[in-house]
Amino acid sequence: MSVLSAGSLAEPGATPGAGEHGPVVVREHPGVPGPLVFLGRAGATIWSNGKARVGVVILGFFVLMALLAPLVAPHDPAATDFTPYLGPSATNWFGTTGNGQDVFSQFLYGARVSLLVGLAAGFGATFVAVVLGLVSGYRPGVVDAVIGFVTNLALVLPGIPLMIILAAYIPSHSVWTIVLVVALTAWATGARVIRSQAATLRTRDFVRSAQFSGERLGRIVFREILPNMTSLVAASFFAASTAAVMAEASLEFLGLGNPATISWGTILYQAQQQNSLLTGQWLMIFAPGLAIALLAMSFTLINFGVDALSNPRLREKA
Amino acid sequence: MRYLLTRVGLFVLTLWAAVTLNFVLPRLMPGSPLDAALARLAASGQQVTNAQVRAIEAQLGSPHGSLLSQYGQYLSDIVHLRFGTSFTDPTQSVASAIGRALPWTLVLVGVTTIIAFVLGTLLGAFAGWRRGRRSDAVITTTATFFGAFPPFWFGLLLLFGLAFRLQWFPISGGFSEGATPNLSWSFLGDAATHSVLPGLTLAITTLSGWVFGMRNTMINTLGEDYVVFAEANGLRERTVALGYAARNALLPNVTAFGLSLGAVVGGSVLVEGVFGYPGVGQLLFKAVTNHDFPLMQALFLVITVSMLVTIFIVDLLYTRLDPRVRAEGGDAS
Repeated sequence: MSVLSAGSLAEPGATPGAGEHGPVVVREHPGVPGPLVFLGRAGATIWSNGKARVGVVILGFFVLMALLAPLVAPHDPAATDFTPYLGPSATNWFGTTGNGQDVFSQFLYGARVSLLVGLAAGFGATFVAVVLGLVSGYRPGVVDAVIGFVTNLALVLPGIPLMIILAAYIPSHSVWTIVLVVALTAWATGARVIRSQAATLRTRDFVRSAQFSGERLGRIVFREILPNMTSLVAASFFAASTAAVMAEASLEFLGLGNPATISWGTILYQAQQQNSLLTGQWLMIFAPGLAIALLAMSFTLINFGVDALSNPRLREKA
Repeated sequence: MRYLLTRVGLFVLTLWAAVTLNFVLPRLMPGSPLDAALARLAASGQQVTNAQVRAIEAQLGSPHGSLLSQYGQYLSDIVHLRFGTSFTDPTQSVASAIGRALPWTLVLVGVTTIIAFVLGTLLGAFAGWRRGRRSDAVITTTATFFGAFPPFWFGLLLLFGLAFRLQWFPISGGFSEGATPNLSWSFLGDAATHSVLPGLTLAITTLSGWVFGMRNTMINTLGEDYVVFAEANGLRERTVALGYAARNALLPNVTAFGLSLGAVVGGSVLVEGVFGYPGVGQLLFKAVTNHDFPLMQALFLVITVSMLVTIFIVDLLYTRLDPRVRAEGGDAS
């Protein structure tokens, strides 16, 4: 679970690159790179990092697996056509479940749910983090104090037990329940980092001048301040996605997901229910767990490249 | 002194908020809490007995009272450690079940956290010192890989390899069957053998957080003037690395303690479930599978409060370690 701190979420005070080298000001002026060029350069910086490149390749592999599952899967993942509890064989590469379903086909389709939950919950958590972080960083005083308290509270509440309680109380068990639960619990770290960065940017000259020229609040926060913390937002996103992939697997392994969903977590749940380690069906445990680990790792690896965006000291020498 | 008072005030406020959240959560859900709990019990296929209905009522407080009086009742119950009776085993109180499980988890989580902290910080300091070189790449890649393992899955692998196949360690439980928990050497040794695998699982999967935290602060510290100055003075490499850089990089890493503790505690829930280790985590694992809501809520409360207390203590220690924090009274949590 601790992978979410690939170091990327250290306080901005501890990442000198953000402070010493001046902000990246994105404006619509001739000669200043537009958003597309900006994104392109960011992509190139990430790609130039060896670890991040590996992460992008692994993530790409799983995206392909999710997209092509219907074409590649040898059987219908939900069909109960086979003898239950079979070990690995030529027809059923990873064996069969207690209901006689093909585990390998389920494994391929499982990439869809894990990716969906990881990205959707990562997006939700990042959205909450950005909004709360920007507002409290830009508005010192009561608003900042209240949001700061809630953030610190969310930070010290034990994540997994909180998720378990939430998921146990919410009556409907679907993939979206898990997305909601993870988004509600995984935003705090990001919000804290974004808050402190917004607080330091607030006093910078370019923000001051925007204030004095009478820009609206929304424009200052989203057009002047936000572009200067792209890498922080991206880091929060990948960290939250990592947490989401792990949390989904944990909740489903506990039986708090929908057992009818085909995902890596539910395969592990079924394997545990039927004691498959002791009956020789070890692939049923090994494969989905390894896939979860690799997917979570790919997010962390990409974050190494994102770190290098904001902190040139972390860039790898060519 | 003022700083200390603010800290204590914040701690009490956080504690109150966590306790209240635990009260509010079940009441936010649609329907009356009693009906909801009964419906869930019925849906899980159990016969709902009168004893269980009474147990749920006792847990939820008088369902006819106002929300405020329920809240008052809830707070007084907590102060007196009255958590009601468990759904699954009406003969035993939730408080006694938790009381029996708590020492196991405290020892397991405590020892693994210390091992992971020491080992991870050392590895992180070394990787930061050697940044960009081969040893750094090996350490960070390995840590990323192991850190991405879902702890319960890694536990299952160790269980299969080391306990089931090689039979080096017992498969399940916290002590041998038939033994009664006591403080004799033979029992402690037995318990230690049983906790090696869960401990190893937790330590290895949470190590990476420490490695990366220390590596990052180390890299930033290495750019500081006093490190450059020490190097220019011709001090030995080891003296600069350990005495100047690592020593100063260590401090920010201590603040990460609270967050890492959350990861260990969260991981221990599922890992204890996998290994049948008789701690709080396994209790929660079982409570979830049996839809035992009184037990679940009390466990969440106990886990949260123990984490808050630990973080508070670390916070106070931190102010002892770093005089600057005391002087500024600043935002160091």
